[in-house]
Amino acid sequence: MSARFGVGIDIGSTCAKTVVVDQGGNVIWRDLRPTGWSSVDTAEAIRRDLPPEITGNARCVATGYGRVSAPFADRCVTEITCHAKGAAALFGLCDLNVIDIGGQDTKLIVLQDGAVSEFAMNDKCSAGTGRFLEVMANTLAVTPAGLCDMAARGAPTRISALCTVFAESEVVGLIGRGTPRENIAWGVVDSVAQKVKTQAGKLRLGPGPLCLTGGLCDFPFVLRRLEAAFGRPVRTAPEARFAGALGAALFALR
Amino acid sequence: MADYIQMWKDLGMDLESHDMLCQVLPTAVGDVFMTQQNRPKAMDFWDLVISEVHGIRPAELIEAQKAGRKVFGTFCVFVPDEIVIALNGIVTGLCGGSQFWVPGGEAVLPKNTCPLIKASVGARLGRTCPFFRIADVYVGETTCDGKKKAYEILGQDVPMIIMDVPQMKRPKDILKWKDEIAEFAAKAEAITGNALTVENLKAAIRTVNEKRRAMARVYDARKSLNLPISGRDALLMTQISFFDDPVRCAQMCNRLADELEQRIKDGVSVAKPGDKRILITGTPLAVPNWKLHNIVETSGAVVVCEEMCTGTRYFENLVDDSGETLDDLFMALAERYMKNNCACFTPNPGRIEDIIRLARAYHADGVIDCSLKFCGLYDIEKRTVSEALRAEGIPVLSLETDYEDSDAGQLRTRIEAFVEMLNG
Repeated sequence: MSARFGVGIDIGSTCAKTVVVDQGGNVIWRDLRPTGWSSVDTAEAIRRDLPPEITGNARCVATGYGRVSAPFADRCVTEITCHAKGAAALFGLCDLNVIDIGGQDTKLIVLQDGAVSEFAMNDKCSAGTGRFLEVMANTLAVTPAGLCDMAARGAPTRISALCTVFAESEVVGLIGRGTPRENIAWGVVDSVAQKVKTQAGKLRLGPGPLCLTGGLCDFPFVLRRLEAAFGRPVRTAPEARFAGALGAALFALR
Repeated sequence: MADYIQMWKDLGMDLESHDMLCQVLPTAVGDVFMTQQNRPKAMDFWDLVISEVHGIRPAELIEAQKAGRKVFGTFCVFVPDEIVIALNGIVTGLCGGSQFWVPGGEAVLPKNTCPLIKASVGARLGRTCPFFRIADVYVGETTCDGKKKAYEILGQDVPMIIMDVPQMKRPKDILKWKDEIAEFAAKAEAITGNALTVENLKAAIRTVNEKRRAMARVYDARKSLNLPISGRDALLMTQISFFDDPVRCAQMCNRLADELEQRIKDGVSVAKPGDKRILITGTPLAVPNWKLHNIVETSGAVVVCEEMCTGTRYFENLVDDSGETLDDLFMALAERYMKNNCACFTPNPGRIEDIIRLARAYHADGVIDCSLKFCGLYDIEKRTVSEALRAEGIPVLSLETDYEDSDAGQLRTRIEAFVEMLNG
């Protein structure tokens, strides 16, 4: 017997996202909170905060790097498969190329006919991820959102170091030379886009459009630099940072 | 467990450091092997050997040395064991598969050297590998830049023979490799004090061919859709075969193959219904490197074949023993060894053909192409491999890793996602 609700919990390195869908696949509840230092505690807090009328009649799928920290989940599915499923639902497409820029990893997923045909993830290095942007924002004493706003007003600037640690020294060097913060911010965002483009070189992209999911999808300038790097439009959707959780919730219904 | 302390002391090993290594190995063996259900009984031999991997075989080698036999330590499947065996010498593998030895290697080598080389150098310089201590001579080969330079460090206080492996596979390269084998034979004669004859070389060729046939029987059993042995167990068998006496190795592999063939008849399988069958290709997995197999086999999949030096390349292709002169036999050896499709060759279409052929023969659902970090040859070849497999409609996942456990979570995510992808 299938449950009335599907609960999807995506425990990422930075944020934990939760989506509840009804049997029609409609989103009826959503939650976003920092993962903090304990993904076990965060998962447990989410479970407690779910409305009782849902928990009594739901199946739950956990995903994200902290997926094993939610012992109450009925099963775990990797973030690759969940993001693909969620993005397909969000964008209403069976063919698409998902770029998910997460807190500690960046994923590229090719979906063809509704199924994952290929994927790539960055290695241990944090260049091209949300973490890179966060570290650079700290160096410039702004929030990641502030950095992206500032970048939109900046002029082209190159940050060539691939490693976050070296790139930070490079940024400090630029600050020392009096480079405007806006220009440095431009370079930071562009560096993320370039790194993602390089990563895509390992894949054969499918015929569908490029779609951005993950925490950076609310920043228009990130989208613009990605479009410039790929030389083609990149779509996003207002709820795209919930793509993984939505995919997990949809899997929970099955 | 027998007491090998005195033996290790006599070998001049660093006992304190070696103790730390001995303490972690049983846990690793327990976690990787003993947690498996329904293992073939014949694995008891390899369980015993691995439980005393620095004891049982080293003690045999020392006894053989007392009887005047010489021990040749080798790093690579290009070194023709037949020459050494014909001269009543013994071939053994050397240590290089554990993170334990990597910091010792990093003390003298650049950090961006592959972990296999760093671990080998660390094991040698740290005096924590009995095989390195026992060997009368090391035999290296020019299969990569890192090894070529590492030999200059490893060969400082032990005789070192280096065989110059060609970089291409033209007819003249095979002739060149034949000359290298002849030159190696002359050096090995000097070391052992024995003379190579057509008779003893033919006998050695037959001995090693028997070992290859026996290993191939075990691998053939893995082609069955009713999988009678896990990838972890098969890998352990292959890893230990580099260290064992070739005749006993053949006996034990045949004994295992008998059981596996019976299991297939009886419908005994180690795989769960729905488990995906994976072929692994790439850089060698030296003992005790079981990380990749362990993650794959605990992620809803089973490893059915290894297209690598610690896999099919070690036993595929027999040596023709019909030659009537040493020159004939050297040529037969050269031809067999040059069939090895290592990424050190350019171009290397044979490896692609092997992967596709093996993926089909072993009914693999997907291929994982995994190289050790900083192995440029295999890393660069990944693109050619993945494009060829895509064209054949065989799903492939490319990975890079080292001996550390710190990336186990990331590897698991990729491998689980790959398995989910194969499940559609």
